[in-house]
Amino acid sequence: MKIKLIDIAHGRSGDKGDAANIGIIAYDEKGFELIQKYVTADRVKQHFTGICFGEVERFELPNLKALNFLLHNTLGGGGTVSLKLDAQGKTLAAALLKMELEV
Amino acid sequence: MKKMIRIASGQGFWGDLIEAPYYQVTKGEIDYLVMDYLAEVTMSILQKQKNKNPDLGYAKDIPDLMKRILPICKAKQIKIITNGGGVNPVACGKAVLKVAESLGIKGLKIGIVTGDDIKEKIDEMIAAGSELKNMETGESIRSVKDNLLSANVYFGAFPIVEALQNGADIVITGRTTDTGLTLAPMIYEFGWKQTEYDLLSAGTIAGHILECGAQSTGGNFLSDWESVPNFAEIGFPICEAFPNGEFIITKHESLGGKVTIDTVSEQLVYEIGNPKEYITPDCVADFTSIKLTQNAENRVNVYGISGKQETEFYKVSCSYADGYSSSGSLTYSWPQALTKAKAADKILRKRLELLHLSFDEIRSEFIGYNACHGPLAAEIDENLINEIQLRFSVRSHDYASVERFGKELAPLILTGPPSVTGFAGGRPKPNEIVAYWPALLLKKLVEPKIELLKI
Repeated sequence: MKIKLIDIAHGRSGDKGDAANIGIIAYDEKGFELIQKYVTADRVKQHFTGICFGEVERFELPNLKALNFLLHNTLGGGGTVSLKLDAQGKTLAAALLKMELEV
Repeated sequence: MKKMIRIASGQGFWGDLIEAPYYQVTKGEIDYLVMDYLAEVTMSILQKQKNKNPDLGYAKDIPDLMKRILPICKAKQIKIITNGGGVNPVACGKAVLKVAESLGIKGLKIGIVTGDDIKEKIDEMIAAGSELKNMETGESIRSVKDNLLSANVYFGAFPIVEALQNGADIVITGRTTDTGLTLAPMIYEFGWKQTEYDLLSAGTIAGHILECGAQSTGGNFLSDWESVPNFAEIGFPICEAFPNGEFIITKHESLGGKVTIDTVSEQLVYEIGNPKEYITPDCVADFTSIKLTQNAENRVNVYGISGKQETEFYKVSCSYADGYSSSGSLTYSWPQALTKAKAADKILRKRLELLHLSFDEIRSEFIGYNACHGPLAAEIDENLINEIQLRFSVRSHDYASVERFGKELAPLILTGPPSVTGFAGGRPKPNEIVAYWPALLLKKLVEPKIELLKI
């Protein structure tokens, strides 16, 4: 069965230097089990091919039914160095929620 | 000891809603108004202003805001805490005093926190054994020392606490952590100790929820954002803090926005790294310990927070000049909007190449197609879209190349693909790039200073 991440989770993203942080939060426990199982660091790295050029770190916050990702080397240098329209990665949470999970 | 204090966020960054702090002090009861004005690049902008005029270098919105809220805050005994002093907190304090004087206010004490500015002390720090290595690259500060625009230590809550203990009604600081602004009144009112890490972590997390203003009360809410009532008069967050470290996030009832577990959770995961180690000068907070309960409409309880001892370092935020950039755009209309924008991009790149200009990076984005999500953008049927904006940007250490790029964009209107518009505001000018250099510094090498201005 195919599930769209945006149907089971919401989130927010921002910048930490040249890394982007993306936090995604499941709407319920079942959703958290799914994102915990399927939204791995490797899967996120692959999803952001051509955007994220560094390592993807993944952290769990079961208390908030959330995962936090740090995508290194992603914002074109970050801060005022970056030429990107979205130099602070503000829209990347939405980009991650485009992901489809085969469960 | 007070049983509860109400701390209200009035500003999430310099440029945030100007009415927000006014609403916070007028639409209900609060005890503290805290305002964060400083982003990483803000300090370098302020430093440039101070270089031109030694009386500037702070958030210039502050005196105008004070004119409106000082009489109210004085009458309601609301204390104000802000890091809007930027690189010149003393000048900011004096400007506020002047406002108070013009309003006929008496018996006002303004606490000023300084000592965070180490720009003139870099050699001293190197001599003391600190290379202020870049936290991302490991490189020594020596390589950018000559291009430094600003260098500031992030102080925590305790210098503000000292100013409050000295009787300050208003505390103005330079580079203080956003979270410290909210934590400080809790330490001051409840007598929390420097070693009570769980309590300090609770106050720090309250600060994280408040530091981006309405981002915890329905602003930038990626979930069901259309359910957020009255964005036009959105209420900024208020923290009702208790001595045991528990707190409630809420907002003034008459204002818009909403406070739910979902709106608060989105802010909690914003701009964090390892959630178990949220490092501030005051403590290391554990975000995986946070518990949230909705106990009434627009009231979220936050409790269960733990944390551990702070590190022996301050974070230092330095900025330095690192070349120039420029960006401009043109808009192409149906038919074939995207095809035309892509053709224009190719032509421009060819022209820059023929001119033998030197760039570190050239970037084109097609707004309406892929500017936000790059390769993740869905393919579009260009018959269905009316326009595409080509946004073209360059970056270089060679000023002349960047300046010349600015002269190559407009000619595309008469020398390239048709149905093009949107070239207003003249040629794109080169902007100085201010690059960011995060580093760590042993705490013992700097000392915060607190002074008091009175009227």
